[in-house]
Amino acid sequence: MTVYGVVAAAVIGVAAFFSFQSATAGSDIRANLTLIAPAGAGGGWDTFMREQQQAMRANSLVNNSQVVNIPGAAGTIGLGQLSTMEGQANTLMVTGAGLVAGVAQLDSAVTHDDVRPIARVVEEYDVVVVPADSPYETIDELVADWRANPAEVAWTGGGTFDQLVMTELALEAGIEPSKTTYIPKSGGGEATQALITGTADAATSGYMDVADQIEAGRLKALGMAAPQRLEGVEIPTLTEQGFAVDLANWRAVLAPPGITDEEFAELRTLLEESVATPEWQKAVERNKWTEVYLAGDEFDAFMASEQERIAQLVEEIS
Amino acid sequence: MDALNLLMDGFAGALTPMNLLWVVVGCLLGTAVGVLPGLGSSMAVALLLPMTFALDPTAAFILFAGVYFGGLFGDSTMAILMNTPGQGSAIASTFEGHKMAKDGRAPQALATAAIGAFIGGMVASVVVVFLAPRLADFSANFGPAEYFALALFAFVATSSVVSDSAVKGLASLVLGLGIATVGIDAISGSERFTYGSANLFDGISLVTVSVAVLALGEVLHVASRIRRNPAAHQMKVTGRPFLSRAELKEAAPAWARGTAIGLPFGVIPVGGAEVPTFMSYDLERRIDRRRPNPMFGKGAIRGLAAPEAAGNATTGTAMGALLALGLPVSATAAIMLAAFQQYGLQPGPLLFDRAPELVWALLASFFIAMVVLLVINLPFAQLWAKLLLIPSQYLYAGITVFCGLGIYATSGAVFDLLLLLGLGVLGFIMRRHGVPVAPLLIGMVLGPLAETSLRDGLLSSNGDYSIFVTGPIPLVLYGLLFIVLALTVRSKIVNRARRDV
Repeated sequence: MTVYGVVAAAVIGVAAFFSFQSATAGSDIRANLTLIAPAGAGGGWDTFMREQQQAMRANSLVNNSQVVNIPGAAGTIGLGQLSTMEGQANTLMVTGAGLVAGVAQLDSAVTHDDVRPIARVVEEYDVVVVPADSPYETIDELVADWRANPAEVAWTGGGTFDQLVMTELALEAGIEPSKTTYIPKSGGGEATQALITGTADAATSGYMDVADQIEAGRLKALGMAAPQRLEGVEIPTLTEQGFAVDLANWRAVLAPPGITDEEFAELRTLLEESVATPEWQKAVERNKWTEVYLAGDEFDAFMASEQERIAQLVEEIS
Repeated sequence: MDALNLLMDGFAGALTPMNLLWVVVGCLLGTAVGVLPGLGSSMAVALLLPMTFALDPTAAFILFAGVYFGGLFGDSTMAILMNTPGQGSAIASTFEGHKMAKDGRAPQALATAAIGAFIGGMVASVVVVFLAPRLADFSANFGPAEYFALALFAFVATSSVVSDSAVKGLASLVLGLGIATVGIDAISGSERFTYGSANLFDGISLVTVSVAVLALGEVLHVASRIRRNPAAHQMKVTGRPFLSRAELKEAAPAWARGTAIGLPFGVIPVGGAEVPTFMSYDLERRIDRRRPNPMFGKGAIRGLAAPEAAGNATTGTAMGALLALGLPVSATAAIMLAAFQQYGLQPGPLLFDRAPELVWALLASFFIAMVVLLVINLPFAQLWAKLLLIPSQYLYAGITVFCGLGIYATSGAVFDLLLLLGLGVLGFIMRRHGVPVAPLLIGMVLGPLAETSLRDGLLSSNGDYSIFVTGPIPLVLYGLLFIVLALTVRSKIVNRARRDV
């Protein structure tokens, strides 16, 4: 018994020592980095951060990095936490159009102005889909019916972002967003199911979530909410069909407030190194993301305009 | 017999020494995590997600399959021994399972649960192997009208837990429905009972509530009475180590009925395995009442066997739904969906054509995982039961710590710990006044299902109520509902008439 006790004490002691050592070394960004995903494991933000972690780890950009999930309230709980981590420069958090919408929708006290956005990294696009047996063959046919009876065409989608895309399409088509019908579902899988069971007539969904369903012939794609066609994808954009809907589901990286300009610059350099790695390039390809790296003043202007645009769309919904 | 050949190829792919090792590692890990209160297999799979970067897809999914089913075997262990369900699908197992443990039959209860989980999982895996491509057609029939009918049916079908004392039972049910409404309403975006606290925006999780009212409520109850009659709280562990032939015979029909109830639920996304476990529990209870010597309330083996089989049957077919439809029916399945995407694979109608070696190796590994888990769990049943030999003050202190640990690990928020404590006090008060907690948990499961499907249906039909009575499935369910109600009323009247005479 005593032998076990001694061994256990020794093991715990050594582990505690090393953990303490690595924790105290953590003030340096390159030594110890915390990557926050403001959502549960398995979602889009979580995937983004885990791919980042992998790219950093495989190329020894950071000594030690861990992903921390802070789920809740559309990501605003995570944002709130980040805003309190004053000066803790070894922290990064992912954000995106969905979180900007969450802030507007929940009237969150903490906004993106309370933290330090570093750069936009990637984006993905929504696609308008209808079930395979739907009478609508083109977006024009769908919109014509929708315009005639806004409430009769039931829309669905996997999250707030999808609803924003539908709202933008409604505004483009001259339909009052408050008169439309939207059935919220959680995730592209449930939204697909709602289309197939006939609960909803049309959906806006992330392209990645429905690409296979489109290929398998269970869903028809009527248009992509993207600035231009994706490489190797036959689906026309909504813009080329006369509806200027190009709200993209972008992902950006945030730093906590109260850090020095040197630390901010160091985080930005780290991010730039990480997105240039082959691991990250593969992740972009695998997740069907589109690279749209943007930093500096242009990014700040982008953030400001997106916050305003999304806040307006949220206003239209409620 | 095409599927059979493909499955054999799958076994050939899965039965490499390295993959076998991963299955065993996954099973052990899943069981370990499942045993901890509040931590289900979803947590374990989430933690293992980064492993996908290091392993080849077959090995990774075989590992996940082990964890997935391991969690299901493990979650009932603490449900039985400590009244602390590991996840939602083990709640129904606490009702009779914990009573068996208190009665000194912990090893038998654990063995019953393990065998039930094995049977349910095995049958479900067979169904998935032969019917996975056709699951898509079946699930396409389930719209909001069907769900609403199903939810109503489930309310009535689980009503026997209420009926011991109608007033107390209904009070508990309404409390459960009330807790379930907390959070931001998805359709209108309005806040309900959140008092402006962002921590409540996503509602209160079923796991927090069940761990609080069942486990913490029990701990507080024991603590409040420990000086009065300490001997009553020390559980007996004198039972035989394994099931007797009579007990096996007793449990067999319950395993079969539980499996039959659980199977179809995996395909339709009603959000996890809780509904079928409650329904099969209720069915056994109703059957039990008609017997000359009712066992329910005293640790009925059938009341444990049926929900265990149902839970695993549902989870097994849910995996088929994930593969064939790309539809994550449970939290664990949702994380596995993310894992598939890590490899550039999208579960759905094309997966069986695109990556057949992977799919069939995964299906084969289900069978291997089941066998491994049974082998691990049956001998462990006696070992686990030894936990009850720990003096109650240490045991219950340990339970409290693990409850807090489990809840904190999933959310990382102090708020949830306070919530746990508050709900634990609620559970204690309910126990003290003889209010059953089962209706509360059932209300939490079925309330949102009924509400969401009702509102989805009305949105989809633009406010036309007739949508709820069109189509064969709702009509059949309402028909069954009517028959059950009529029979209940009839038996009440007959009983009363007899008593009056």
